[in-house]
Amino acid sequence: MTDRIAQIWGTRTPYAQGARWPARVDQALAEGVGEDDVDAWVQSACLLCSNGCACDIAVKDGAMVGIRGRADDTVNHGRLGPKGLFASWQGMSNKDRLTTPLIRENGVLVETSWDTAMGRIVERSRQLLEETGPLSHGFHTSGQLFLEEYYALGVIGKAGLGTPHMDGNTRLCTATAAAALKESFGSDGQPGTYEDIDDCDAMFLFGHNMAETQTVLWSRVLDRIEGPDRPLLVCVDPRETEVARHADVHLAIRPGTNLALMHGLVREVLEHGWIDDSFIAEHTIRLEDVRAAVEPWTPEAVAETCGVPAADVRRAAEIFGTADRVLSTVLQGFYQSWQATAASCAVNNLHLLRGLIGKPGCGVLQMNGQPTAQNTRECGADGDLPGFRNWENPEHIRQLAELWGVDELKIPHWAPPTHAMQVFRYAEQGSIRLLWVSGTNPAVSMPELPRIRKILADTFLVVQDLYLTETAALADVVLPAAGWGEKTGTFTNINRTVHLSRQAVEPPGQARSDLDIFLDYARRMDFRRNDGSPLLDWSGPEDAYAAWQECTRGRLCDYTGISWTKLEGNGVQWPCNDKAPEGTERLYTDAVFPTDLDRCETYGHDLLTGATVGPTPYKAMAPQGRAIFKTAPYSPPPEEPSEDFPLRFTTGRTAYHFHTRTKTGRSRPLNDAAPGAWVEVSPADARAHGISEGDLVDVTSARGRIQVPVRVSDIAEGTVFAPFHYGYWDQPDGAEPRAANELTLTEWDPVSKQPIYKNAAVRIGRVAASTGPSPAPTTTASRPARGTGAGIEPTTGGPAGQASETVLEPEES
Amino acid sequence: MKLPVYLALIERSEETLAASYRVVSEGHAAEPDVHFLLQTLASQCDKHRRILAPVLERHQLSDESDVPESLHHEGLSSTRSGPLGLLRDLQDLYLAASLVDITWTMLLQAGQGLADRDLIEAVQQCDGETSTQLGWLRTRMKQAAPQALIAAG
Ligand code: SF4
Repeated sequence: MTDRIAQIWGTRTPYAQGARWPARVDQALAEGVGEDDVDAWVQSACLLCSNGCACDIAVKDGAMVGIRGRADDTVNHGRLGPKGLFASWQGMSNKDRLTTPLIRENGVLVETSWDTAMGRIVERSRQLLEETGPLSHGFHTSGQLFLEEYYALGVIGKAGLGTPHMDGNTRLCTATAAAALKESFGSDGQPGTYEDIDDCDAMFLFGHNMAETQTVLWSRVLDRIEGPDRPLLVCVDPRETEVARHADVHLAIRPGTNLALMHGLVREVLEHGWIDDSFIAEHTIRLEDVRAAVEPWTPEAVAETCGVPAADVRRAAEIFGTADRVLSTVLQGFYQSWQATAASCAVNNLHLLRGLIGKPGCGVLQMNGQPTAQNTRECGADGDLPGFRNWENPEHIRQLAELWGVDELKIPHWAPPTHAMQVFRYAEQGSIRLLWVSGTNPAVSMPELPRIRKILADTFLVVQDLYLTETAALADVVLPAAGWGEKTGTFTNINRTVHLSRQAVEPPGQARSDLDIFLDYARRMDFRRNDGSPLLDWSGPEDAYAAWQECTRGRLCDYTGISWTKLEGNGVQWPCNDKAPEGTERLYTDAVFPTDLDRCETYGHDLLTGATVGPTPYKAMAPQGRAIFKTAPYSPPPEEPSEDFPLRFTTGRTAYHFHTRTKTGRSRPLNDAAPGAWVEVSPADARAHGISEGDLVDVTSARGRIQVPVRVSDIAEGTVFAPFHYGYWDQPDGAEPRAANELTLTEWDPVSKQPIYKNAAVRIGRVAASTGPSPAPTTTASRPARGTGAGIEPTTGGPAGQASETVLEPEES
Repeated sequence: MKLPVYLALIERSEETLAASYRVVSEGHAAEPDVHFLLQTLASQCDKHRRILAPVLERHQLSDESDVPESLHHEGLSSTRSGPLGLLRDLQDLYLAASLVDITWTMLLQAGQGLADRDLIEAVQQCDGETSTQLGWLRTRMKQAAPQALIAAG
């Protein structure tokens, strides 16, 4: 047994370049339950981050009692991280689950029947349609539902109601991944694959604290690092993360300056001629735009703006320019930051310059935050059209109209689907008067919370969720949802791997799957096709999946070859069709990109302003299967430190929690590992403010304030960090504010519309002396600063944090 | 030669446009994207004037009254409120930016006629940004129009 709270990544199984990552089956069972006691193992995949580790759920007496990894699956080779091991099932079987629908009567939520609750929604919905039309309806969904559920929601919104106001909280976590892929390559779709970790010579992690966000993926990297021929590692992150500790070059840049650094790296690569001229000539366009944008960004200029040594910029560029095979990954440090799309496109540009794409070990992985964010994007439940279709392309709209049997004019396509921040703005202004939130908790996860809470309280709000979240508590109608292990469906992870997750147990009380809820709404609203038949005649997830397969036929995300039978067992990577019956490991092996006028998902944007390019200029550019170098000039972030707010504030994640802790906060070993909020301050800033470990401080921005204990950590001087997971559902009434988003500002990237969570200016002031160390874990980026850890208990899991690890011998080949 | 008239015209128009961007940025600060982006566009206009300054030096206007008032845009000194107000203000900005845009086109022609490399280069550094400004205004108005015209109270 291993303490998987203390050892987040488990025991090392080192391997060499090009070898297969050894399989190791991780397993955790409830206390007192042995393997022999398990009645059934039911196939699924973990739903607590975008890695989507394949697993089997242990069932005993109709309850989930544990989990183990699936050894043969391409994603995790049997491994599971702490969240998968403990929270996946413990987070579901909890006494706090919602079991009956609730409606608001005289200001309080009271229990009611499904019929009454749905009746109230439908009554409101019909009344608004009559008064104002579909623009009165807004939807805010999740990155945690199943594919079939998003597609149902997408069809309801676009062909049933006809509203463009539908987005996911994926806007907050992953919109920039999609935007950067679309701008550079013409379509969403992950170019690389996890196998690229096995083959690469160098890895660049751009704003990606992989060690905490996708712990199992980081195990794979660690096993390469400990292998005989470790890849070089470059880390861009203002914090001293686990990734930074293993890096050959750690660029601890100032939050908000990503694009300046990227310009510097691109410039160095160009300057030294580390480029593939024939690849550029044959497979790309508009290199001249990039040359112009990077021109001023010498390593010295980068050093000045970003606060890192020029020599490190040179060395990082040299590694990128000279390693044979380079893999890059990108996440929130870029996505939730200033100039997000431009900085993320710059990563694509680096790969295009060297032609390092579509080959083993040479991938780009534009990561996702949430487990099923990929499906939100594919299925049209966020600001995209289903099947990566282009809202500006009339032929694509015609295809959807034909699939759904409705008039083309019914499908809103006069502008891009409304992004989440704008949906909330319309609600604030009173033009969206029904807001339906499914599987997410904007009352904690959105920026500038005081404003968001007021909007939620003032709008007719429907919330479907597992628990009475901070958001559900403000709703007019609350619908109890069945979750992971309580329903059957599919979802897709970050490297295009589709998994089937089967129902293992009955949902609690009257809870229903999100799909059932959406289908019930569609039936009650009597949405119909032009021929008079019901718009959604699906009886369950298998019908929904079949309809989705049709929707993807011929598109980049082609699911037509992935039957549920094929998904029995292990995951399959799309596209999978007649031409690629076993799925596709990597995209763009032929360096032909989906930028053709007829095929592309977007005609692109100006990355500085977000102005759309439009069909005519796009046609004139004639990309014709070539990738596009997209860029923008660097501009400083909208909020920089000032006299009143002298410190840079940034937010992020810890390995032990997911999102707003609705599941992880209910798992004992995880909650004990990171029980409360904290703020990280560098030793120098702590000294300057007379603050020491554990002191209670106020952190204040122009928008709000939090009061939390201090962890003195090795974060870059001048920057402070707070984890965004902590809200109020497990706090007493009247507790001091602690949610990081009390402080963040409302602004978003002009192209991806992803909010900027990572750059705000704050001041910090001591409120009370320490009564003990802060609750921050010692095993992660929040560990005490070097030489300051005395007296701080290391984070361990005790008996509840134990899991078994079984390393399987490689099969003879 | 009337080139100085048009140089004075663009100089004034960029100044007015920058001021108008700033007025709308402040007036609609509750729309964060509009607020922050218009600040960026305003500083682009400032930059255009700096780029143009040496050319203006060379082609000085002899008589201020030569600049035809009918070609001058007043700019915005205040903003309207609400979703429709935003739309109207953006539309006003669109008109002001269009004037700048077409003036750049004429200056480019003149620069070519005169084989004045400095003038040509100055225009080329600026006119792309002005047309992107127009592009953004169009994009933003297209997004806002249905809600403002149909659903807003
Ligand atoms: S890495 Fe992600 S998907 Fe895998 S077990 Fe951990 S939380 Fe689950």
